[in-house]
Amino acid sequence: MAPAAFLILGAILFSLGTLGVLLRKNALIIFMSIELMLNAVNLTFITFARMSGTLDGQVLAFFVIAVAAAEVVVGLAIIVAMFRRKQSASVDDARLFKW
Amino acid sequence: MEKAVFIVAAIGSVLSAVWMVFGENTVHSALALVANFFTLSVFYVLLEAHFLAVVQIIVYAGAIMVLFLFVIMLLGVDRRDQYKETIRFQFPLAIIFSMGLLGVLIFTIRAAFDKTSFTGLSQANASGNTQGLGRLLFTHYLFPFEVTSLLLIVAAIGAMVIGKRRTPAETDPEDEDA
Repeated sequence: MAPAAFLILGAILFSLGTLGVLLRKNALIIFMSIELMLNAVNLTFITFARMSGTLDGQVLAFFVIAVAAAEVVVGLAIIVAMFRRKQSASVDDARLFKW
Repeated sequence: MEKAVFIVAAIGSVLSAVWMVFGENTVHSALALVANFFTLSVFYVLLEAHFLAVVQIIVYAGAIMVLFLFVIMLLGVDRRDQYKETIRFQFPLAIIFSMGLLGVLIFTIRAAFDKTSFTGLSQANASGNTQGLGRLLFTHYLFPFEVTSLLLIVAAIGAMVIGKRRTPAETDPEDEDA
């Protein structure tokens, strides 16, 4: 397979992730869309690693996985704290700063 | 053979991503995302990243998605998402922006990488993919690796502080809905 096929697939998955972030109101689904975008970037990194013939891209993808794990822990804690206050996981209900 | 595997996995990947974004039920979306992670690990095997293919399943499909499902069960947010528009034209604008992004990305990829081919990792993976990755991680990328450990500790402490239930004495009297 040509590298462009993998890169275009990564672009499609990333765009679907942005669509989910822009469209959905449920904080959990927005969060899952962010995970989808991170994975699309990982696919691109690993494709570039095979294109250049070095393992550096794979190391970067490894770091992205570690950062995503840390991000999920903090993000889910924030969603649980928000649900405890508002009894809802909808981002429309978190409008304390809205003027 | 490689092409057939790629096409089947690519179709599965895009379909599960669409299902995740547009699914009505949160649990179904989470399961679609797990399917998406499995197809991505197929691509990692095709791209000679065997260690990351396994890490993808263990860490993402295993740990992260279980955490997601755990929070979904804890909150009980399995009822329907209301599509009440708070921003006017949000739906068409979101479609236009994300499809525009996709168009720009595909145009750039076609312009830059249409004629390039894979160098292949047979030389870099000569002593094994995991060994090569580990050697790189503990020599050239040692400092970022140590910073990652700090990040994980900060994230764990942060989650504990955010998730802590405050006692009435600690809450601010001005804060009426705490």
